[in-house]
Amino acid sequence: MKLKTAVTGLALGAALAVSATAGVQAKELKFAFQGTLTSWDPYRLNETFTLGTMGNVYEGLIHRKPNMVIEPGLAVSWEIMEPTRWRFHLRKGVKFHNGNDFNADDVVFSATRVRAEGSDLKTRISADTKAIKVDDYTVDFVSDNPNPIIFSEWGTWNIIDKEWATEHNAVTPQNVGGTKENYLTRHANGTGPFIMVSHEAGVKTTFKPNPNYWGKKQHNLTSVTYTPIGQDATRVAALLSGQVNMAYPIPVQDQKRVNSADNASVLIGPELRTIFLGMDQFRDELLHSSVKGKNPLKDKRVREAIFHAIDINAIQKKVMRNLSEPSSLMIAPSLTPISKDHFPRRAFDPAKSKSLLAAAGYPNGFEIGLDCPNDRYVNDEAICTAAAAMLSKVGVKVKLLAQPKAKFFPKVLAPNLDYSMFLLGWTPGSLEAGNVLRDLFYCPRASKGEAIWAKDSRNKVGKGKFNLGGYCNPALDALTDQILSETNMKKRDEMITKAMGITVDDAAYVTLHQQALAWGVAKGVNVKQRGDNVFDWRYVMID
Amino acid sequence: MNIITRVQDSLFRFFDGDVWYSFTQSKTTIVAAIVTVILMLASLLAPFISVHNPFDPTNLNLMDSFTPPVWAEDGRWAFPLGSDDQGRDLYSTILYGSRLSLFIGFASVAFSMTLGVSLGLIAGYLGGSVDAFIMRVADIQISFPGILIALLIDGLARALLPGESHDEVMVYVLILAIGLSQWVNFARTVRGSTMVERNKEYVQAARVIGVSRLFIMVRHIMPNVMGPVLVIATISLAVAILSEASLSFLGVGVPPTQPSLGTLIRIGQDFLFSGEWWIVIFPGITLAALVLAVNLLGDWLRDALNPKLR
Repeated sequence: MKLKTAVTGLALGAALAVSATAGVQAKELKFAFQGTLTSWDPYRLNETFTLGTMGNVYEGLIHRKPNMVIEPGLAVSWEIMEPTRWRFHLRKGVKFHNGNDFNADDVVFSATRVRAEGSDLKTRISADTKAIKVDDYTVDFVSDNPNPIIFSEWGTWNIIDKEWATEHNAVTPQNVGGTKENYLTRHANGTGPFIMVSHEAGVKTTFKPNPNYWGKKQHNLTSVTYTPIGQDATRVAALLSGQVNMAYPIPVQDQKRVNSADNASVLIGPELRTIFLGMDQFRDELLHSSVKGKNPLKDKRVREAIFHAIDINAIQKKVMRNLSEPSSLMIAPSLTPISKDHFPRRAFDPAKSKSLLAAAGYPNGFEIGLDCPNDRYVNDEAICTAAAAMLSKVGVKVKLLAQPKAKFFPKVLAPNLDYSMFLLGWTPGSLEAGNVLRDLFYCPRASKGEAIWAKDSRNKVGKGKFNLGGYCNPALDALTDQILSETNMKKRDEMITKAMGITVDDAAYVTLHQQALAWGVAKGVNVKQRGDNVFDWRYVMID
Repeated sequence: MNIITRVQDSLFRFFDGDVWYSFTQSKTTIVAAIVTVILMLASLLAPFISVHNPFDPTNLNLMDSFTPPVWAEDGRWAFPLGSDDQGRDLYSTILYGSRLSLFIGFASVAFSMTLGVSLGLIAGYLGGSVDAFIMRVADIQISFPGILIALLIDGLARALLPGESHDEVMVYVLILAIGLSQWVNFARTVRGSTMVERNKEYVQAARVIGVSRLFIMVRHIMPNVMGPVLVIATISLAVAILSEASLSFLGVGVPPTQPSLGTLIRIGQDFLFSGEWWIVIFPGITLAALVLAVNLLGDWLRDALNPKLR
C-alpha cells in the first residue's frame, strides 16, 4: 500500500514537472461567442451553447465524438437486459472537481433532478423511466415501453454530484422562466476535463484543465477564457486583432474579410440546426394581435398563407449570403431517411397567400406580434425583419420584438409562452427524427384529457415540451409513440417518413432553413467542428 | 396696432439690429444656417422628395438590399445613396430618419426648457428652502452623465410598459428621457438671472402695487431672462439629437422598423467590415453635419446676445 502511494506520488510529481515545462509556453484558448451563459445549472436551459459549454466541465453517461458518434462517457458500457430494462456500467475511480467520488447515487440523483419541476431538460429521460441503483457502479433504467435509443440524448444530460447539490440546497433545478437563483447558477462541479475558475455572467468566464481527469488528454491547453461579444463587427474585430483566438459565429457578411486576413480563417460546415417560425395554435385568442375573440393561426389556411408569403430564396441570397439550405422539414434531411426534395417547400406565392387569407376570412389581413432573438442564430433579427416586410405585403402587419436571448427565452418558452409568433432554431439532441417528433410535435399535455398547455401544469409537461405552438394531432402522436419504441430500423424509417409528411401537410410550423456553421479560428489553433455547433475543447491544440 | 404691422415692425427691428448684423458678418454662421435650413426642410418635405417611405414595410423588397450608391458599380438610380440590409433606400431613410431625430430633438428641448425655466424661476424668485431643494436635486442630477439618466429612464419605462406597446410610445419615452436629462442647464441659468432681476426696481415696483408672484415671474422676470435660455436651447438641441442617436445606437431608442439616424448607424456598423460602407457613412455624415451646424448657430447666438462682446 505504501509502495503504491509512493509510486503514485512519483508519477504525480513527474506529471507536475511535465506540466510545469509545458506551462512555460502558455497555451491559452480565448474564445468569443455571440450570446451569454445565463446560468450554470446544468438543467436550466435546453440550449446548444449552454449545454455545449457545460459539456467541457460536466459530463454525461455518454459522449459524442467530433463526428457525432457516441462513445462511452461516465458509463463504460451498457446492455439491454430485457426490452424495457437497460443496464449501465459506470466508470470507476472518477472524481468530481471537489474531490467527491462519482457513483451510482449521483446518476440516480441526476435522473430525478433532470425531471424535477422547473427542469428544461425533462425530455432527456421519459417520465415513466425509473433509475434503479444495482450496486455502486451499476444503474438500471426501467421503462414501461421499450426504448431503443434511450441514451441518444444523454451526451447533454450532465451528471451532478449528489452530496454537493444537497449540501448547497440545490436539489431542484433553477426554473427557466423564474428569476430565483440557486447555488448551481454560479458554481460548477463536474467530472469533465476542465474546471471553471471564475464566472462573471455576461463578462468573462475562465477555466483551467482538470489535472485529475480520467480520460486521455487530447488538448494542450493551459487555460480557457470565454468572453461574450454580442456585436458581430466587434467579435470579428476581436478575432482579427488577436484579442481572442477563436470566435463564433462569424457573420455571413464578414467571412470574406476574415479569410482574406492572414492571421485567421473561417471554418464552414453544414449545420444540423433548423430555423423556423412557430405559431400559437392553442389559445382561443391570440395574446398579441388585432384579431379578437378567435385565433386565426388555428386555421391551417392562415398558416399556409404565412408560408406562401415568405420568399425563402431572397432570405437565402440576401440575409444568409447563400450559407443556408431552405427546408420543408423541421429536421435536417441528412438526419432522416427522407431525401431532400421528397417534401417540397410551399413556394413563395403572395397572390396565393392573399387568396388563402381571404378564404379564411381575413381579406385585409391582421396585426400580429413576432418575437425574435437577436443574439442566438445566424442573422436572426435580420431574418425576422425580412419576414415582417414580406408578411406586410400580403396584409399581415407584424409587430416585431427582437431581444437578446436572455430575455427572449424566458418570455417565449414554457411556462410563460408569451408570444403569438416566434422564431426559434432546433437541433435534435439525439440527431434523429424521434426527438423532433416528440419534442416539437407531440401534444403538450401533463396528463391525458387535460387542455393543451393547461396553465397550472405547464411545468409538468414532458412529451411536447418544446411544442410551444401547441400543435396537436392525435394521429401523429400515436405514430410518434410507435416510432419511439420501434426497434426494427426499416419499419421505423417508414414511419418517420409518414410522420414527417403529416407535419408538412398540417403546416404546423413555418420552416425556414438549415443554417451553416461558421467558426473563426486564428492561425495555429486547431479545433474540431461539430455539426451541432458544440465547441468541444477536449480536442483543441494550439501550435 | 394690428398683428401684421406688429410682426412687420419686429421683423424690421430684427433685420436692422445688432443680431442680424453680426449674422451677416460671419461666413461660418451663414453656412451653418444654410445647412440647418436645408436639412430641416428636407426632413419636413421627406414624403415629397424621397424615393419611397422606408417606414412602410410593404415598400421594401429584400432583393434590393445592399445596393451600392449610384456612382459605384451595380448602383441604381432607384437607390441614389444605396440601400441597407432590408432593401430600404438610404437617401429616403436618412430623410425620414433625420425627421425623427429632429422631432425628438425639438420636442425634448421644448420639454426640458419648459421644466427648467419654470423650476429656475421658482427657485430664483422664491429662494429659501424651495430654492435649496430644487438646486440640490439639480446638483445631484448633474453629477451623473446625461446619457446615463436617459438610459435609466428609458430602462424604467421599458420595464413598466407591456412589450407590445413599446413601439408606439418609445418616441415619447425618448423625449421624456432626454428632456429630463437636460433641464438642469436651463434651471441653473434662469435661477441666476432671476436672482439678479428680483432685486431690480421694476420688480419691486410691481410687488408694491400688489401684483401676484406668479404674474411677476411670468410677465416681468421671464422676458428678461430668456436671452441666455435661447442660447442654451440651441446648444441643447444639438446635444439632444446626439443623445437620441447614442441611445438608438445602443439599441434602446426607436424601434428598428422606424430607424432614426442613430439606428441607421447601428445597423451599418455590422457591415463595416464587409465592404458595405455606405450604410454607415451617409447617416454618419448627415448626423455630423446637422449637429455641427446647430452647434455653430448656438455659438454665434451666444456671442451675438452677449453685450460684452458687442
